[in-house]
Amino acid sequence: MSGVATYRPSPMPWSVRLSLVFIAAFVLFALFGQFLSPHEFRATSMFDRLLPPGSPEYLLGTDARGRDVLVRLAVGAQITLIVAIAGTLIGAILGSLLGILAAARRGPTEAVIVAAIDVQASLPIIVVALFVLAMFDNSFVLFLLLIGLNGWEVYARLMRGATLSAKEHGYVTAVRALGASPMRIYLRHVLPNILNVALVQFTVNLPLTVLLETALSFLGLGVQPPLTSLGQIMSEGRDRLLTAWWLTLFPGAIIFLLALSVSLTGDWLRDRLDPTLRSER
Amino acid sequence: MTGYILSRVLRAIITLLITVSLVFIFIRFSGDPAAALAPPDAPQEVIDQYARAMGLDQPLWQQYTSYIGGLFRGEFGYSIHTGRPVEALFLDRLPYTLHLGLTALSIALVLGIALGAIAAINRGRLLDRAVMGFSVFAFAMPNFLFGLCLILIGALVFQVFLAGASANVLFPALTLGLAAMGSFARFARSSLLETINAPFMRAAEARGIPFARRLILHAAPNAAIPLVTLVGLSLGALIAGSVVTEQVFAWPGVGQLLVRSVATRDIATVQFLVLAVAFTMIMANLIVDLLYLVIDPRIRVK
Repeated sequence: MSGVATYRPSPMPWSVRLSLVFIAAFVLFALFGQFLSPHEFRATSMFDRLLPPGSPEYLLGTDARGRDVLVRLAVGAQITLIVAIAGTLIGAILGSLLGILAAARRGPTEAVIVAAIDVQASLPIIVVALFVLAMFDNSFVLFLLLIGLNGWEVYARLMRGATLSAKEHGYVTAVRALGASPMRIYLRHVLPNILNVALVQFTVNLPLTVLLETALSFLGLGVQPPLTSLGQIMSEGRDRLLTAWWLTLFPGAIIFLLALSVSLTGDWLRDRLDPTLRSER
Repeated sequence: MTGYILSRVLRAIITLLITVSLVFIFIRFSGDPAAALAPPDAPQEVIDQYARAMGLDQPLWQQYTSYIGGLFRGEFGYSIHTGRPVEALFLDRLPYTLHLGLTALSIALVLGIALGAIAAINRGRLLDRAVMGFSVFAFAMPNFLFGLCLILIGALVFQVFLAGASANVLFPALTLGLAAMGSFARFARSSLLETINAPFMRAAEARGIPFARRLILHAAPNAAIPLVTLVGLSLGALIAGSVVTEQVFAWPGVGQLLVRSVATRDIATVQFLVLAVAFTMIMANLIVDLLYLVIDPRIRVK
C-alpha cells in the first residue's frame, strides 16, 4: 500500500518495560510478600537481633528487636502503596472537581477557588502537614487526608484551564441547547474530554506522593508504629546505618525504584496520551 | 504596566492575609490553646489564668484583631519549651538554613544549566540521553536516601563523619540540590532547544556569526527567561527538602527546628515558622512576577 502512511505507535522502550515489570513485582510483593516468611511483622525475637541478610530463617535479616525485615518490608510496601494510591486519588478528585467548578460557575465561586489555589501554592505540602500534625493527634486517617492534599492545587489549576477552553467548543453549546443541566454538561460531556489532562498529572503526582509519605514517615511524623511503612522502617534503621545497613538501604532502594518506575512509565504515557506535550527528543 | 504591578501586589497581600487567617482559625479551633500551653497537670484556675493572659476570654473578632496587630508589631509569641521569643529561635537558625539553601541552589543552578546545555548541544546523542537519565534519577531519588548514602560512603570510604553543624556544607547541599539540579537540567535543555530553532537564530547563522557566540550571546539570554520562573517555583521544593535534609545531616537549621517543634507540640514556634515560609514564598513569587517586567520586555507592552 504505497502512498498511504499508516500510524504505527513507536515500540515501548526497554526502560518502560523494565519499569512495568518492577511495578508489577512491587504490587505482588505488597499483596503477597508476607507469605514469603513464616514470621509476623510485629513479632520480636530476643535471640535474633540485627542478623544480617542471608541468615537462616531470615532472608533479608532482622532489625534491632529481632523482627524479620522481609515481612516488615512487605507490610511496609502495602501501607506505602495504599497511602500513595488513596492519597493521589483524593487530591486528583478534589482538585479536578474544584477546577471544573471554578470554570463552570465563574464569579465569586471561581475567585474563592483561585484564592485557595494561591494559598496552597504558597505553602509546601510538607509544611502544611507538619502544621496540622503539631496540633492534632496523628492517626492513619488524618495522615491519609493530609497526603491527599498533595498537589490538589495543580489539578485544580490544570482542570480549570482545560474546562475554560473546552467551554469554547461547539459541543458544549450544542448540549446546552438540547437542555442538559450544567451537572450533565460538565460531568458527562466536558470531563471525558479533558480527563487526559488529569491522567497525565496523576502519573506526575503519584511518585511525589510516595516520596511525601516516606519522607514524613522517615521524620517520625507519618505512619506510626505498630503500623509500618517503607519510610518508617528507614527511620527506625537510620541510627544503625553503619552497623545494620540493610535496615535503611533495602526500603530506600524499593522507594527509589518505585518512584523511578512510576515516573518513567508516566513520561511515556504522557507522550502517548498528549502529543502536544511531547518533550523534545 | 502599573496595573500589572498593582494586581500582583494586591494578589500577594490577599494570599498572605488568607494564610494568616487560616492559621489563626486552625489554632483556635484545634482545641483549647490555654490547656495546651499550661503544664499538663495544671488546675483549672491556672488554665483560666493562661486563657486571660492570652486574651481567650475576649470575643473572637477581638482576638483576631489583636492577633493581626501583634503580627504587625512583631510580637509572635513565646516557645513553650524555652520561653524565648519564637523569632529569636528562628533567627538563631536562619544563617545555617540560608548557608545550606543558597549553596544547594548555586550547585543546582550551575551544574543543572551546564548539564542542560550539554544535552541540548548533543541532542539525541549518548550524552543527551545520559543527562536526561540523570534528571529522572534525580527526580525519583528520595533526598533522605541520597543523604544517608553520602554519609555511608563518607564513613566507609573516606573515614569522615559528614553530619552535624561542623561538617562540610557540601554534602547536605548536594543532597538538597539534587532534585532541583535534575529539573533545571531538563528545563534548560528544552528551553535552549526551543531557542536554538527560533527564526532569529537562523538569521544569526545566516549572518555568519560563529556557533559559540550564537549560543552564548543570542540563545542563552532568551532561554534564561523561563528559568527565572523555575527558580521561583523550586523555592518551595527547596524549603520542603531542607526540612528532611537538615534532619538527615543533623544540620541545626530552621527545618530541624520545625520538625522538633512539631514533635514537642510547640504550637507558637510552629505557627511562626509556617507564617515565615508562607511569607517567603509569596514574596519570592511576587519578585519573580516583577522581575519578568525587567527581563521580558513583551510583558511591558501588554
